[in-house]
Amino acid sequence: MTLDAFLGHFNYWVFAILLMIGFYAVIAKGNLIKKLVGLSIFQSAVFLMYISMSKVEGGTAPILQAGAVDPIYSNPLPQVLILTAIVVGVATLSLGLAIVVRINERYGSIEERELLDAD
Amino acid sequence: MTIVFALFLLTLLVVTALAIVRTKNLFIATMLLSIFSLLMAVNFFILDAADVALTEAAVGAGVTTVIFLSALRLTSQYERGSLASSRWIAVIVVVTTTVLLISGTINTPNLGDPNAPVHQHVAPFYLENTEALMGFPNVVTAVLSSFRGYDTLGEVFVVFIAAVGVMFILDARQGTGPEYELRVEKGLKHHLIPRAVGGLLIPFMLLFGLYVQFHGEYGPGGGFQAGAIVATAFILHAILEGERTALKAFSRNAQMALIIGGSTLYGAVGVVCMLKGGTFLDYSVLMEDPVTARQVGIIIIELGVGMAVCGALLSIFHSFAARKPVAQAK
Amino acid sequence: MIEVAIEWLGNALLIVGAASVLIGGIGVIRMPDLYSRMHASSLTDTMATLALFSGLMLHSGFTLATIKLMAIMAFLLLTGPTATYALANAAFRSGIEQPRSLNTDDQEKSAP
Repeated sequence: MTLDAFLGHFNYWVFAILLMIGFYAVIAKGNLIKKLVGLSIFQSAVFLMYISMSKVEGGTAPILQAGAVDPIYSNPLPQVLILTAIVVGVATLSLGLAIVVRINERYGSIEERELLDAD
Repeated sequence: MTIVFALFLLTLLVVTALAIVRTKNLFIATMLLSIFSLLMAVNFFILDAADVALTEAAVGAGVTTVIFLSALRLTSQYERGSLASSRWIAVIVVVTTTVLLISGTINTPNLGDPNAPVHQHVAPFYLENTEALMGFPNVVTAVLSSFRGYDTLGEVFVVFIAAVGVMFILDARQGTGPEYELRVEKGLKHHLIPRAVGGLLIPFMLLFGLYVQFHGEYGPGGGFQAGAIVATAFILHAILEGERTALKAFSRNAQMALIIGGSTLYGAVGVVCMLKGGTFLDYSVLMEDPVTARQVGIIIIELGVGMAVCGALLSIFHSFAARKPVAQAK
Repeated sequence: MIEVAIEWLGNALLIVGAASVLIGGIGVIRMPDLYSRMHASSLTDTMATLALFSGLMLHSGFTLATIKLMAIMAFLLLTGPTATYALANAAFRSGIEQPRSLNTDDQEKSAP
């Protein structure tokens, strides 16, 4: 495990760890809002992976600079995808939270065990 | 030096995520999620994604926290214990998948390798041709609005559907008892300092939102970030002055008009392009000079995106805020 | 000559700002109760903001970046203490334990 390989892949390892932390919250926690929080962490981990893929060594943000000699820019394409994904993420999150609010009003609780017993 | 800072930030992200999952108080989890989003935004900025960092800071650290807090107000603040028996299965699954994912990254290219396959095919085309075809420097806005305009149209529709869905779910009548009658909302009337400072800040937030909207082509910015910033300005106004005053300033009908107007504007630009002889969303037929025509088309659709996102986020917030909390059944 | 002095002054201000953030952070962890912790963190709101941004402005010279830094500093100085006030007010109204050594007569008169 050379230092070069470690530094070059650390972002992806952090992505894997964050992904699984969020996934653990979704499957192992009983509270519905905690599950949604875990889903939000899951989404952010995916964004981290895409943006890590787009980085080019020695590059800058992909905004063209006039008069620069032989510039290096980072890849703009994953950034566009993630821009869309962030807003879609907050849209689905708000829809999920609205459903949780209605479940709470109907059943009086947002714990998975109590909801399964009540139904 | 940046490497050390980046490593430190990534470790801090993992620590924050662990703290979020472990805490039993949902309010603490929401605040930590806001910190997590801000750390993620700084990380994006270090990885040269300026537009994405701005969006994550405005939407993730701002609007998501407000929506979570509104939902917490309507449900409970504490989490009761989780299912103890299935926890070991979950841990085993999670650890196995982590090991598999990490082993899957063994032979991938290093971070920042310019010869990685992701940088080879389409991206150089966008970087070389944006100046010639569009005439403005921000490549991300060019790709988002013009080269990949269909995806952005679909996203505006997703935001529209989410706002309408939340309106369906949360604007339904709650009941006919006396506790559901319209109370006078005081807002934060006894808190002078936040109201004074907020009143000073809101015009500047709106000005900054407009700046970000119209400078999306020359620097980081664009419709999504601007919509989120303007929506947070109005949400701050609603929190400080109360629901009733805020709805007088910006009624539900006006919010709906913004959402519908934004989406229709985007689609209308596409249809006008078809009527003028090009294909759907081919802006170059709008005027004689195709470069200017593309710039005009992009400005109009970014305006549509900003309107739709602002109206949707504001409408979602007001749907949550207008709901009366119901006592928990013990 | 004067450029070297300005650069050194900027570096000194940056170090002072970083030290204030560190001291504020240590104070937040080590202080006994909520109100003294907020008092420690307010060091970050004011002293660190002033020192760090002044240092950055000295490093930037007379460019557009200095005006932007001044705007950001004004914004942070305006909103940071407001957030601390709102937090302290919310804590007071929720009845978080106050330290015994405070003279509580004035507070009981003006309590809501």
